[in-house]
Amino acid sequence: MISVLHIFFMPIENQLAEHRSYLMRFARLQLRNEAWAEDAVSETMLAALSKPQSFGNRSQLKTWLVGILKHKVIDVLRQRQREVVLVDDEGDGGEELDALMFKADGHYANKPTEWGNPEQELNSRQFFTVLEACAEKLPAAMGRVFLMREWLELPSEEICKELQLTPTNLYVQLHRARLRLRECLEINWFGNRAAS
Amino acid sequence: MILRRTCKEVSALLVAREDRDLPLVERVALRFHLAACSACPAFERQLLTMRNAFQRWRHYSEE
Repeated sequence: MISVLHIFFMPIENQLAEHRSYLMRFARLQLRNEAWAEDAVSETMLAALSKPQSFGNRSQLKTWLVGILKHKVIDVLRQRQREVVLVDDEGDGGEELDALMFKADGHYANKPTEWGNPEQELNSRQFFTVLEACAEKLPAAMGRVFLMREWLELPSEEICKELQLTPTNLYVQLHRARLRLRECLEINWFGNRAAS
Repeated sequence: MILRRTCKEVSALLVAREDRDLPLVERVALRFHLAACSACPAFERQLLTMRNAFQRWRHYSEE
């Protein structure tokens, strides 16, 4: 209780510093570039310091900061638009995944497994650590586009507009990202659970 | 057989459905295939789990 009160009465700049590493984690995951992530988090801190009165008591400080960070991340993506969508050197592995999943006649090589009780899995914090690690393993350009959709919750049309992507190009990137994530979760979470 | 789809085609449609509206013919073809296939419904449930996981993850990220 004392520590909670201690944080509550801290000066605003100290409270913000407490959340910096948390914000950096999400900025890094979305932007895949340390310098861009630093920029987005610094801008978030400056915005919070310049208008602390707009925080008031309407939400938790962290919720408020994450809300600001999302806007700052979109600003960075907009400024760096030409670099954001550069194709990754490592390729996207889409064809290899297809070849692993399906036989030549279009049937599954191995039937998809049941993932157990999803509600139970989604109550596990550890599951989300694995989910984040899987998102982090996506190639940089694909990961940025995918998280614009899933973390920033931007509509497809807006992502196309911001990054000057064709809808076809965007859907191919999202498609491959989803298949990679599914594969990663299957191997690193659901497969292990079935085996244990 | 305008509505016949392979499992590979259906998996592509199921993933695409996460990000955009499918044309009517594809929606019908998908429904027919899922009703008759023993493998694809499990893939559909996996995608649903992922969709719910990302919703929950967004919520956790702001808690």
